[in-house]
Amino acid sequence: MAALATTEGLFDFDEPLATAAPSGGRRRRIRWGRGAILTLAAAYFLLPMYAALKFSLQDINGHFSLSPVAAIPSQPGLGSAFFLSLRLATVTMVLTMLLMVPTVIYVHLKLPRFRRVMDVITIMPIVIPPIVLILGVLHVAPLWLKSSPYLLSLVYVILAMPFVYRSLDAGLGALDVKTLVEASRSLGAGWIATMWRVIVPNLRAALLSASVLTLALVLGEFTMASLDLWETLPVWIVDFDQTNAHISTAVAMLSLIATWLLLTLIVSLDRSHSRRHRRNRAS
Amino acid sequence: MTLTQQAATIATPLGALNAGAPVTLDRLVRTFGSTRALDGLSLDIAPGEFIALLGPSGCGKTTALRVLAGFEQPDSGRVLVRGSDVSSVPAQHRDMGMVFQSYSLFPNMNARDNVAFGLQLRRQRSAVRKSRAGELLELVGLSEHALKFPHQLSGGQQQRVALARALAIEPQVLLLDEPLSALDAKVRAELRDQIRELQRRLNITTVFVTHDQEEALSMADRVCVMNQGRAEQVATPPVLYAQPSTAFVAEFVGVSSRVGVERDHAGVTVLGQSARVRGGEAAVPAGPLDALLRPEDVTATVARDGLGVVLHRSFLGASTRLEVGIGGSTIKVDVRSVDSEDFELGTRVELALSARDVLVTERRPVV
Repeated sequence: MAALATTEGLFDFDEPLATAAPSGGRRRRIRWGRGAILTLAAAYFLLPMYAALKFSLQDINGHFSLSPVAAIPSQPGLGSAFFLSLRLATVTMVLTMLLMVPTVIYVHLKLPRFRRVMDVITIMPIVIPPIVLILGVLHVAPLWLKSSPYLLSLVYVILAMPFVYRSLDAGLGALDVKTLVEASRSLGAGWIATMWRVIVPNLRAALLSASVLTLALVLGEFTMASLDLWETLPVWIVDFDQTNAHISTAVAMLSLIATWLLLTLIVSLDRSHSRRHRRNRAS
Repeated sequence: MTLTQQAATIATPLGALNAGAPVTLDRLVRTFGSTRALDGLSLDIAPGEFIALLGPSGCGKTTALRVLAGFEQPDSGRVLVRGSDVSSVPAQHRDMGMVFQSYSLFPNMNARDNVAFGLQLRRQRSAVRKSRAGELLELVGLSEHALKFPHQLSGGQQQRVALARALAIEPQVLLLDEPLSALDAKVRAELRDQIRELQRRLNITTVFVTHDQEEALSMADRVCVMNQGRAEQVATPPVLYAQPSTAFVAEFVGVSSRVGVERDHAGVTVLGQSARVRGGEAAVPAGPLDALLRPEDVTATVARDGLGVVLHRSFLGASTRLEVGIGGSTIKVDVRSVDSEDFELGTRVELALSARDVLVTERRPVV
């Protein structure tokens, strides 16, 4: 198999690692191996997207056309579905951070041995199918909560937990949290000042990555929203697919691009904030 | 003292601080599971004194410092500062500046903001904070690096900023938890002198934890040698070295050789010579005895029929340390390096006691 042949070129375990630089022929083999793996990976990700993009830019006769994209703004229910998804994503992000940031910091500081247990607990939402989770929640949730779309946010907090926990855990792992907290307290800071002024600013990258993952997760979640009978963006796309598959695919592509743009915007805002912050400090 | 009250005292110019606070550790006990980290530790520290807690790993010195800082609660016992019991006061209200072993600067702040952090918590005006932080950075020789972030500073510079930050709040007590251990030898020696000079200048009560006896002996007014959660001996460095009160102190501080001795009418017989026992008859334990000899307590001369044999030589600069095997013991002896050529490995030597008295202890069983 080609893939196996290329990995043999990349990882030749029979040869010692600390040998001299590989010969010209071997170097070429390694380069070819890398190129082949990268091409395969890129094709795996890009081909479905290319197919969807192509389909979304066709009319019903299969010819190239911008009409599916032009028709998007006039589709009934799309705007409300999009804004509902956005509201749910915002509430989920806020709830997740409020719950997870103090918890992960507490575990790092006071219960470091509990981190392994946390690793297992936070992986559970991936193991349990969303359909099981939402049916259970719908069965026990009070009526007033069932009638609110924000029940979904509460459940999304659980869904986002594996990603958010790992992101925060990695961020805290890169800091000597115990020493920073003790240094801050010895200078007169209480717990809130220590968290707000010392720990959270140093977790910005981890918080950003956790937020991005949560946003992406909520904007793409279908099963739970559908079973809870709320028309979020993914539910609208699936429903509208029965009416016009070209338009619904165009919306899916647009939402994908919009999510990327949003993430890029958040990352650039953070970078410019960091630069401005440093310039202000320097002046 | 509240943070606002502390803020009122911070207007004092540098170098004109009040005398440091007296500190008392009173019968402190702290256990972690089945380990007794502090076992009734008591210690009085005078105002403005620089005291080092010295001991091997696990002796309780860091726990003692953390109890003093308020990061650990003692199971029993008290911590008194200026006569007030602060045992139950949270760390943030104890008014103690601390420098940690690992680099503890806040990565999101530059050097100046790190130093000004404690002043900001005390609601000092921005201009006061900047000026104060500037003064302190100048004091530690880093005024040119005020706007650098921790990752742009070397280890030694980071520890100096940490020291300035701890001093900025004009603490009652300065706590140093092995602040030099992560630095290379040259920087360590420089910073050691700088810390000592600053401490003298500011006259601040300082507790310094270290496992490095050279650091403790060269910096501290007094050294508290700790073992198994207790203070074995608290004394000035010369007394600690010359008159160790226990075998543990004698062996932990400086270099000692253990050699079996016999009792005689004057005290004990060591290397065939009669010697007095340090501390008098009362200091002689029952049963078989060992003497603990410093390298400078013994002289060596080359003798063809000598009982000792040179087993090992270490060049130390002006002197050379010999390890001489004699009667089943190994005794360390210092000779001048210019004379050391006479003491080749395997040379037969005669050893003589040059000290007037010796420290004796119970004989250690041969394993």
